[in-house]
Amino acid sequence: MSMRTPIARVRGLGSAKNGTHHWWMQRLTAIALVPLTVWFVVSVIYLAGADHARVAAWLASPLTAVLMLLLIAATFHHLQLGLQVIIEDYVHGEAAKIGCIIGVKLASFALAVTAGFAVLKVAF
Amino acid sequence: MNTGNRPLSPHLQIYRWQWTMLLSITHRATGIALAAGALMLVCWLLAVASGPDAFAAVNGFLGSWIGRLLLFGWTWSLLYHFANGIRHMFWDVGLGLELPAAQASGYAVVAVSLAATLAVWISGYVAAGALG
Repeated sequence: MSMRTPIARVRGLGSAKNGTHHWWMQRLTAIALVPLTVWFVVSVIYLAGADHARVAAWLASPLTAVLMLLLIAATFHHLQLGLQVIIEDYVHGEAAKIGCIIGVKLASFALAVTAGFAVLKVAF
Repeated sequence: MNTGNRPLSPHLQIYRWQWTMLLSITHRATGIALAAGALMLVCWLLAVASGPDAFAAVNGFLGSWIGRLLLFGWTWSLLYHFANGIRHMFWDVGLGLELPAAQASGYAVVAVSLAATLAVWISGYVAAGALG
């Protein structure tokens, strides 16, 4: 039995050749986040009870700043992919669904840039 | 659009609840919680960049009982999502998909995430000098 709908056959809609791209990017960012998460958790333990001067000095070191930027990039990319799937599963109205996905993607990008800017401001 | 002749999965309520499905939906729930946690991380980084006053304000909130409760929840969410994410990676390469193996790895993920959460918090209090 063909899984394609009659309207899809009529319109000639086929594969856009990017069916695995979402899955692949989610896995790629997940793999990146394995070591980055370990580093982040260890860092948070190390910083427990630290005052502003100590935290700022930690964040300003080149290794920390670069790792934090990588963590931000991987986290927000992974996060918006995951939230997109959740929206696609639970928000059924087409307009609401597209609206939510646009909102999540734009907000994730804006927050990632904001966090990255904060790191660079401390680092430079 | 005619979708009448396509197969439809039984609804969720048909199934008896079991560990594997509970852990599956928990992965999604912790993912949502961690999205909120990422928002907190942005606030925290902005506070560090803004100076001692802003940092003290954010730290004051995180140090309050509700702040600590949130941080504890985020710690477990992160470690659960982390451990279960690695479980997913094994599945992705075709390992551990049989039911007994999937159940065993599920119990392991719960145990590891809870133990690691306690270890992180004890280490954090020791690092902060709160436990002498």
